[in-house]
This record gives sequence, C-alpha cells and structure tokens, in this order.
Amino acid sequence: MPIDVAAEVIANRALSADYNVLALAAPAIAAAAAPGQFVMVKASAGFDPLLRRPFSVFEVLRDSGGAISGLSILSKRIGPSTRLIYDARPGDRISVLGPLGRPFTTVEPPIEAWMIAGGVGLAPFATLAESLRARGVKTTLFYGARSGGELFYLDFFRALDVELALATEDGSSGDHGRIVAPLDRRLAARQADAPLMLYACGPEGMLAATARVAKAHHRPCQVSVERIMGCGLGGCYSCVIPIRGEHGAFHNVRSCIAGPVLAADQIRWE
Amino acid sequence: MDLSVQIGSLHLKNPLIAASGCFGYGVEYAEVVDLESLGAIVSKGLFLAEREGHPAPRIVETPAGMLNAIGLQGIGVRRFVDEKLPELRARNATVIVNVCGTTLDEYVEVSQILSDAEGVAAIELNISCPNIKEGGIQFGCSLHGTHDVVSAVRKVTRLPIIPKLTPNVTDVASFARAAEEAGADAVSLVNTFLAMVIDVETRRPKISNIVGGLSGPAIRPIAVRMVYECRQTVKIPIIGMGGIADARDALEFMIAGATAVQIGTANFADPFIWGKLVDGLQDYCSRQSVTRVADLVGTLDTSTKDREWISS
Repeated sequence: MPIDVAAEVIANRALSADYNVLALAAPAIAAAAAPGQFVMVKASAGFDPLLRRPFSVFEVLRDSGGAISGLSILSKRIGPSTRLIYDARPGDRISVLGPLGRPFTTVEPPIEAWMIAGGVGLAPFATLAESLRARGVKTTLFYGARSGGELFYLDFFRALDVELALATEDGSSGDHGRIVAPLDRRLAARQADAPLMLYACGPEGMLAATARVAKAHHRPCQVSVERIMGCGLGGCYSCVIPIRGEHGAFHNVRSCIAGPVLAADQIRWE
Repeated sequence: MDLSVQIGSLHLKNPLIAASGCFGYGVEYAEVVDLESLGAIVSKGLFLAEREGHPAPRIVETPAGMLNAIGLQGIGVRRFVDEKLPELRARNATVIVNVCGTTLDEYVEVSQILSDAEGVAAIELNISCPNIKEGGIQFGCSLHGTHDVVSAVRKVTRLPIIPKLTPNVTDVASFARAAEEAGADAVSLVNTFLAMVIDVETRRPKISNIVGGLSGPAIRPIAVRMVYECRQTVKIPIIGMGGIADARDALEFMIAGATAVQIGTANFADPFIWGKLVDGLQDYCSRQSVTRVADLVGTLDTSTKDREWISS
C-alpha cells in the first residue's frame, strides 16, 4: 500500500550542472520499495508545479547502524519540478508518495544480468544491482551518456563487482556513440545457450533500439518506461503505452500500474 | 455535525464526489482511500464499446492547472458492470456512472444496461467532453441536443440523471434549464475548458490531440461564477466542480449554490485529499455554528451592506 510522506531533505548532492541526487527521509517507503518501483514527488506545496513527478527509487539509504533511513532520487534538471529538486536544501520538506508500480523481476544464477542505462535512466539500477549481486548473479552495466562527465556512480557499481561497459556521445569516455552498439556486439559474441536477462531504462529511442537488439538475439528484456504521468495510481490515464494483447491487437495500458517495468517485446515502439 | 446532502432521490453521506476521468473506475484507489467514506465516486466515461483513446502525450501542466486530451479511453459499459461494479459494491461505494455516446441511441442503450445492473446510484450524462470527434460536446453545445439526450434517457431509467455541462458555451445557465425541462434530476458543472499549449521551440502542440481540456485551480473562479448563474436559473440541485483543492474551495461552490462538489485534478496531486476535505468542512461548520452542511447551499450574501470597503 503506497504511503505519502512529507519527507525532510537529508542531503542534496549536485553531480553536475543538471544532475543531482536528493536524499529524502522516507524510511517506510524505502523499506517497502523493490528495484524498479517509483515514487511520485511533489517539489512544492503550492500550484506551481501542480502535479507530482515520477522518480525511480535510486538508493535505499541506511544509517551507521544499518537501519534504513530513507531513499534517494536521481534527477536531471529539465523543467520546473526538477529545478526545484536541484535547488532543494537540507531541512526542506518534499512530499513523496510510494512505492508505486511493478518492479523488475530478478533472476538467479546461472542467469546473467545485463543492465542498459541511458542518462538519467541509471536511476533504477543501483538497487537492482544490489539485489542481483546479493543473489550472486553476474551483472554488467552498459551505461551511455552525452559525455564522460555525465557518467555517475561508477565506483558504486565497481564496489558491487558489476562489470562496466561505457559509451559517450562525444567519445570522451568508453565507446564513441550510443550504448546500444556495444550491447549489440556483446550479444553477438555471447553463446546462445548461456542464459541472460536484459534490463533497460533510458530515453524511449534507446529503449526501442535495445528492444530491437534483444529481439534480434532472442534475449528477454525488461524495460522501465517513462511516460508523462499525472497521478501514478491509475487515475488519470495519461501515461499509457501500447501493449500487445492476447490476440495480437495492441491496447493502451497505464504504465504507472501495468509498469513501469514491461516486457520489451510486448510494446509497440513509436 | 451533519455533512449529508440530497441530490434528488440520491442521499450522499457528504458532498464530496470523485470526478469522472480523475479516479479511474474507483477500484484503483481502494488501497489509498476508503471508497465508502466519499459522498460518491463517478466512473470514467463509458461507451458501449471499449475505446483506446488518444496517443500520448495526453496531458501537460499549465499555470495552476493542466490540459488533458485522454480521448475517453475505457473498457465499455458491459465490462464495467461485470468487472468493476462487484468490487465497488463490496466496498459500499456510492457509484455514479458517467455515460457517453456518439449517438442518441448509444446514450440510451448504455443507460439501460446500467439501469439493469446492481449497484448504480445515478447516471451522469457526459455531453461535454471536449476531446472526442463525435458525440459528447456536440450534444452539450446545442440546447436541442441537451434536451434530446436527457429526455431520451429519462424514458428508459428511473435512476437519477445528472447531465454534466460544458463551460464552452456563451450561457451555461440556459443549458441547465434545457436539462431541467427535459427531466434531469440535477446538473453537474463544469467540464473542462477547451484550451491549447504550444512548445515554441518546436512549434508543436504539447499534447497529441492539439487541443484539450483545462482543469485545476486556474479555472475555479470561472466555474464558481457559472454555478452561481445556474443557481439563479434552475431549481434542481447543482453539483459544482472546477479546481477545488481544499475545503474552502468546496465551500465557495456550495455557497454559490452547489449541493455537492466534485474533485478531480487535486486528487492527482494528493490522493489522500478526501480526509482533509472532510476535516476542513467540519472545522468550518463548527466555527460558523452550522449543524448541517446542506444549510450552506446557496447562502451567498449579495446585499450591499458593509460593502464600502470594496471601493476604498
């Protein structure tokens, strides 16, 4: 059952001129959240902005004694809400509703996990990586960004023994270009009978390309989609995405409650 | 403190109703709200058949408001009766069903199906959706169309009929009168204001349907005025809505003449708003020594005494 907390801002760490990680004192939500679930955040108490915005739970935070103390969100400044989130100060109160949505389905060894992240689409993979590594699943993160300065939390993943494959659009770090290219190469090189699960989150064009590559190599792929969301609870019908139904016809489903994690091969990419 | 109100033959335990299109089919909110604690819930608009609605993006925020063009995506009335009504009944929700049609016959047939179903408290006739090509607002923007839909449905149901009126007309009160004369038990208003938002960098509309309906606090003063005008014109109860975000907003509508109110957009931002609204109404009533909230309806004081301050 989702809960609503007027969460105190514990810390606000700027990662770049656009990206920040906001730590929020919402331990009950953090404790209930599974990797891939999201929270709806209202960055101001008034009518500007009027609606909440969805954010993946980025990290589950713990105090020095190991007890869950809150959660963090990874935000990229693109509009009024994310500007408020970028500028938030410790002690501010921010309304957080969650956890919401259907989480990733995790796998067990000997299945390997490859996570494919584009930009702020890194957000759901910190908790997923922790969960997979705790199960002993061999895990790789394919991570693309505009430049090397926008590849964050690499040490976090290295510390979990997650293998990294990087790509940047300006070539300043890793492969020069989009992250789907090295993914395609690695999939082509992998033995067909070595089991694998793909997880992807990022811009919709990247997700569509990932879905094509996964299909070409006959690999299952779970994607976390982000559509414009009004409520996060299934009330407004704004976040719909076309999904293949029982008889091959496509139906609009609400990504907030049917997702945000969906099977890539069920989606009609536009 | 008595918060109950009466809409024709329909008794509501309080005047707070979840607005159509803003609360799914009600069951989506069962985990966060005790559905029985609401005055009523209004389902998403239902046609005979399922509908897919418009492509995304379907909403965009505006100053203190939002624009939507969902396009009445829905499961159709039969699936609603089979799949949603039983759970709503089990949760003791008071269910008003929003009825849509592309033709007069469709309104009639959907209404008949609902009249035969168990657990429907009233019908809200959607003659005001601005986002579909056929039906809806075509009826709601014509006095004859409004009269025809209401009188045709009147012939086939004993359920209370509540036409939902559009504000996208010159004189909404004349539409309330047309509905009353055709046999409506109440009217609800306002649906959204037809509006548009453009991305100047790309010169493209921000929602796929190009235009959509504006809701939220931005429209509230216009909606209050329209409820006030209808109160002067018709005797049947009015259900007011448009940008209500707290108890004081709801009270404005009631003082202007609404017997009950609907809350839509504010529920998106705060799904826990319902308990706060009840508390706010109770606080106001005790402070104002009002024992029945229904006594507040239409109590606007327009006398000129003590108005000197306005010009000072």
